[in-house]
Amino acid sequence: MATATVAKPVDKIWNGGVEPLKASYGKLMMWFFLLSDTFTFGALLIFYGFSRFAHPAYVGKLDDYTASQAWWPVPDKVFNGLPFVHGANLPLVFVGIMTFILIMSSVTMVLAVEAGHRMDRNDVQKWMLWTLLGGACFLGCQAWEWTHFIHGSDAGALVNGKIVHGASLARNEYGPPLFADLFFFITGFHGFHVFSGVLLNFLIFYQTVMGKFQSEVGHYEMVEKVGLYWHFVDLVWVFVFTFFYLI
Amino acid sequence: MATQDVHAATLDHAHAAGHGHDHHDDHDEHHEQSFIRKYVFSEDHKIIAKQFLITGLLWALLGGALSMLFRLQLGFPNMDWTWLKPVLGNWIVDNKLDPNFYLAMVTMHGTIMVFFVLTAGLSGTFSNFLIPLQVGARDMASGFLNMLSYWFFFISSALMLISLFIETGPASGGWVIYPPLSALPQAMPGSGMGMTLWLTSMAIFIASSLLGSINYISTVINLRTRGMTFTRMPLTIWAFFLTAVIGILSFPVLFSAALLLIFDRSFGTSFYLSEIYINGQPLDNMGGSPILFQHLFWFLGHPEVYIVLLPALGITSEVIATMSRKPIFGYRAMIGSMIVIAFLSFIVWAHHMFVTGMNPFLGTIFMFLTLIIAVPSAVKAFNYITTLWRGNIIFTPAMLFSIGLVSLFISGGLTGIALGNSAIDIQLHDTYFVVAHFHLVMGSASFFGMMAGVYHWFPKMFGRMMNEKLGYIHFWMTFAGVYLVFFPMHYIGISGFPRRYYSFTSYDTFNMYQDLNSFISVAAIITFSSQLIFGFNFFYSIFRGRRATQNPWLSNSLEWTAPINAGHGNWVGAIPNVYRWPYDYSKPGHALDYIPQNVPHWETVESNLDHENDLIAFEREMEAEALADPQSAH
Repeated sequence: MATATVAKPVDKIWNGGVEPLKASYGKLMMWFFLLSDTFTFGALLIFYGFSRFAHPAYVGKLDDYTASQAWWPVPDKVFNGLPFVHGANLPLVFVGIMTFILIMSSVTMVLAVEAGHRMDRNDVQKWMLWTLLGGACFLGCQAWEWTHFIHGSDAGALVNGKIVHGASLARNEYGPPLFADLFFFITGFHGFHVFSGVLLNFLIFYQTVMGKFQSEVGHYEMVEKVGLYWHFVDLVWVFVFTFFYLI
Repeated sequence: MATQDVHAATLDHAHAAGHGHDHHDDHDEHHEQSFIRKYVFSEDHKIIAKQFLITGLLWALLGGALSMLFRLQLGFPNMDWTWLKPVLGNWIVDNKLDPNFYLAMVTMHGTIMVFFVLTAGLSGTFSNFLIPLQVGARDMASGFLNMLSYWFFFISSALMLISLFIETGPASGGWVIYPPLSALPQAMPGSGMGMTLWLTSMAIFIASSLLGSINYISTVINLRTRGMTFTRMPLTIWAFFLTAVIGILSFPVLFSAALLLIFDRSFGTSFYLSEIYINGQPLDNMGGSPILFQHLFWFLGHPEVYIVLLPALGITSEVIATMSRKPIFGYRAMIGSMIVIAFLSFIVWAHHMFVTGMNPFLGTIFMFLTLIIAVPSAVKAFNYITTLWRGNIIFTPAMLFSIGLVSLFISGGLTGIALGNSAIDIQLHDTYFVVAHFHLVMGSASFFGMMAGVYHWFPKMFGRMMNEKLGYIHFWMTFAGVYLVFFPMHYIGISGFPRRYYSFTSYDTFNMYQDLNSFISVAAIITFSSQLIFGFNFFYSIFRGRRATQNPWLSNSLEWTAPINAGHGNWVGAIPNVYRWPYDYSKPGHALDYIPQNVPHWETVESNLDHENDLIAFEREMEAEALADPQSAH
């Protein structure tokens, strides 16, 4: 009867009274929130995938490519602008810079967490500031990217008998309207995550500057928690980037 | 009980050594809080649980009342509605119920019952109440987020309630809110402001559910008291734990789907819309897919069934074992079957979509996966029955409702096997057969679990007992009533009655069942009325019930070791250690027919098995550790 239920107390980790995963409840909660958020983004990206394959792909030589409602746009031909260089054809250069900035801000976040472990307040401040800067730069770049996408090319494209410049939620120069809808929604949703992250980072930066963690709390675990969030946002961007810009 | 008194003395000793630890400071100090902090914006899991319970019960009353109204319409299609004019106002047109409002009521009944009653009201109440008490914690991991979880639910409730009173009526496209019907405000009155409120309310509801779930999981993992291994947790805790896991992984997908729908409705996107003519006007929307919404919706929608049902099954396991005075049969099989059910719940969603034109081969796969769920479900049903078998059964109202759940789970589950077949589903899809099936297996069964939980833990919640006689009347009327309502519905469904129709009288095919429909309506009204007995019993007993003893059901689990009307922090002094599983009922050799979890094996030498004697050395060690370091055990 009870044989199956009284476990031999071999490993004490799961016996209760301790934190079995060696992580505080706050860190666990962050992980579970991120798991949940993964499913939110997962649903959106799968939605993108299905919509992408519900539309025909462009067949033919890349040099002859023109935007059309009949096929899904080729990203190289849509995202080819660069600030201050009007009419340039530099595929994916700008988004490459954006991605690099975001990934670098993840690196500086790692350094901030590491400085927190050493209880080095100055270093935490320094690296949090760099992380903040990276996040803000990314948001700025995204603003330009959106503006460019909304304004469109000089020539525009013929949609339903009208010349259309750029894209909005209802019309789209580059291809089927769904492409623009998904672009705005998914990169916007990710951008909102980055924005929230920047706010959180600022809060933690501020509390570090005020010396809250150094003296009152006694550790820099909050830096680690927002760090988890920040890396997650970075990781999601890798997937968003892959879906919209590479495939 | 002598063993407990000795134990309590050592605990007090431990308490004197000091208290407070890194994240739950000073829980056992009795400082006075203001009324607002204590009862309104409380961080005490017990108060939050009661908030969820009472809000949930009010929602249940409203959801039930709506079903009475549409049952009147279905049972008595020629009825004169004038007498309801004072309540329904302009929804009565020419002495008849407005068909749009009929659809609105069906939609709101589903939404309210599934989300507000059986998700928030059931899981929100009992996960909050029982997790800290049964794993031996002072409170949830984060009391603050727990408080937010309730108040998000409150805001969401308020928005949903408001939507009932706006001019165009609440959402009316069915609780599944399929686009394009729900996406186009011009499609029906309910797709206007009502739908917007529905989506906003649900988005906030999802945030509330998420806050609750991450708290439940973190608490179970991190805050178990000394000796509370995962395989010593009551099955209630396992059920709440897995429910929270399912919630964390499935609700975000509904969140995505809802956000996209909000964009389609308000910002002109075409995620779910393509090539639509409405009132003769073509719409611009191109390229979207309404089927994709159904996939996203049911990726939540199906796990949601288990979010609703698993807590009820957990409660039943606990009540049946306690009231049979027997160990639960197949404890590990119970855990295993719940894990399998939780896993399978994620890969069967498309059985709701067999007739959407999906590839029949894909349908076969989903059918196969769906039918596998019958296996762990049968394991659970048999384990309940074998636990009851030759038990020393005490028929409290909670026990009756638990046995009732087993009955409903079996009879509703059997029709699930029929519905899970993609071929049979062609005939049965969207008929009253489906309605009957899920009302038995998910709706009524979960509701019975909730009632069992309320009757069983009422003494712990309010320090008083509910009236048993009224409980018996409530049970028998509900039990008979539920079967009288939903059994005939199968029959109506097989003959092809579609769901959500305002009236069947204009179809000769369906006319012949009018008497059956009237019968169902009368049965439903009687069943609903008997819930008022419960409502009276509940609120009366809070203030006037017989005072409860500390452990009225002679139960083993930890919550009964906490004082009656425990304050914030649950235990005075140190938290008890756990030395055994919670199902040592009628153990041969022991003088009493139960041994609480906090009784060490060295005190029960006469009933110990050989390998349990081996545990004593380790238990002494744990006891010493606890005495030396009382604050590290949460």
